Amino acid sequence: MTTLPLPVLDETNSAYWQAGETGSLRILRCQSCRAWIHPPTAVCPDCLSFEVAPEAVSGRATVAAFTINYQKWVPDMEVPFALAIVELDDAPGIRLTTRLVDIAPDEVRCGLATEVVFEHVEDVWLPLFRPTQGAK
Amino acid sequence: MNTVIGERNAIITGIGQSEVGRKLGRSGVSLTVEASIEAIADAGLTRDDIDGVATYPGATNASPGMSPHGVNELKEAMRLNLDWFSGGGEIPGQLGAVMNAIAAVAAGYCNNVLVFRTVTESSAQTAGRRASVVGSGSGRVDGWAQWMVPFGAMSAANWIAMYAQRYMHEYGLTREQLGQIALTARYHAGMNPKAIFRSPMTMDDYLSARMISWPFGLLDCDVPCDGSTVVIVSRADAAADFQNVVRVEAVGAALHGRSSWDQRADLTTMAANDAAAAMWKRTDLKPTDVDLVQLYDGFTWLTLCWLEALGFFPKGEAGPWLEGGARIRLGGELPLNTHGGQLSGGRLHGYGYLHEACLQLRGQAGARQVVGAEVAAVGAGGGPIGGSLLLTANR
Ligand SMILES: [Zn+2]
Repeated sequence: MTTLPLPVLDETNSAYWQAGETGSLRILRCQSCRAWIHPPTAVCPDCLSFEVAPEAVSGRATVAAFTINYQKWVPDMEVPFALAIVELDDAPGIRLTTRLVDIAPDEVRCGLATEVVFEHVEDVWLPLFRPTQGAK
Repeated sequence: MNTVIGERNAIITGIGQSEVGRKLGRSGVSLTVEASIEAIADAGLTRDDIDGVATYPGATNASPGMSPHGVNELKEAMRLNLDWFSGGGEIPGQLGAVMNAIAAVAAGYCNNVLVFRTVTESSAQTAGRRASVVGSGSGRVDGWAQWMVPFGAMSAANWIAMYAQRYMHEYGLTREQLGQIALTARYHAGMNPKAIFRSPMTMDDYLSARMISWPFGLLDCDVPCDGSTVVIVSRADAAADFQNVVRVEAVGAALHGRSSWDQRADLTTMAANDAAAAMWKRTDLKPTDVDLVQLYDGFTWLTLCWLEALGFFPKGEAGPWLEGGARIRLGGELPLNTHGGQLSGGRLHGYGYLHEACLQLRGQAGARQVVGAEVAAVGAGGGPIGGSLLLTANR
């Protein structure tokens, strides 16, 4: 995949975008009421506590919706590829838009079990997802 | 029902539209002034009567040609003296500018608001940058775009395709059923001399068009164009003898779910659902009272979303409802996008629908007139962006 625009890192999102350096996906979590929070923000939207911190999750996720992209939005984009909205298995309600890898486009289905794999570009670790290894 | 329905204190008194086309090579201001002159004359006013201006999303460089100028450039070009004005994007979708104008005249800030929406996306595209591809030509992205663009989800085609795919998965919608929205738009565009694409489209054309982002092929996507649309919003109690009045029955401005493309609890609903629900709470009219609909078709599935949000069929039943397409064609029970929508008419970004709804309710739509058109629902936007208007004829 060609290098696409990366996120601008700031005090709110860098823990998320750089979590891959530790080998784990990390999602913001309220330290008061334990609610998961995404995208990251300054307070817990449930209890308005400012005590929020990233916590590691397993990185396992289930495909909730997908599309197969055929259009070269930038000139050297390699197509087709699968984009998906995945739901994190151990952070219910938290979804990530991502690219699926290690799977043929016509094999993508809702409900597909996946796991995170990081693509390291400059100072960002992009959480991509692939079919869970060993799963059918 | 709410006790205060302030939008009834506003009326739409004039409409205007510039030349519409591809690669016109004209400036945004030129198009806006052309549409403004027509709308002001249509209302029977002079430019000295225009004391308010509203627009969406205001001047921005976010996407080439998406909004080539804001309030101030128009004000300067026409030397308007304004008692109130507003331009910006954080409002209930494209039609939010109309809602702002309605609120302004209802509050008495001013008497006649010129509302404009101008695009030069077709010309901007030929100048080297692609319209509506987020992050193209930029090194890094921030805000909401950061959650999608770095993965290659650079277009609303990708984001909305995932909603369409989820809807197909949950409710069994087929591409053939969805395609009726595109075929109907093209059929109606054949009756609109200003439409970009007017030659007939078959289901085979639709299904065999090159794939953009499954399940969207090229003919599920609207077409960038150049053009400007203007409506004049006036006080309902004005002394002026307006000849071309359309009444505002209710507005839908709500956003209750997540302001996000991927976090909403139900991935087959959008802001449209919140706006539509809020709109129906502000009127005694029901979906069965609606004679025609003008609903956003930046992508086919958005129209389906608006139809469902507005309650024309039960949740999940879009497929059978659209089957065959007769229901949504001129002469059917609920004619849809009778000017050709944005799919075939061109992406006037929400205001082509509003212009057409006014023409229909005034009985001036010519060959494509819906007989007995008295109530029209207009909805614009997708994802976390959405707003709707329920308009009625002046009877
Ligand atoms: Zn909390």
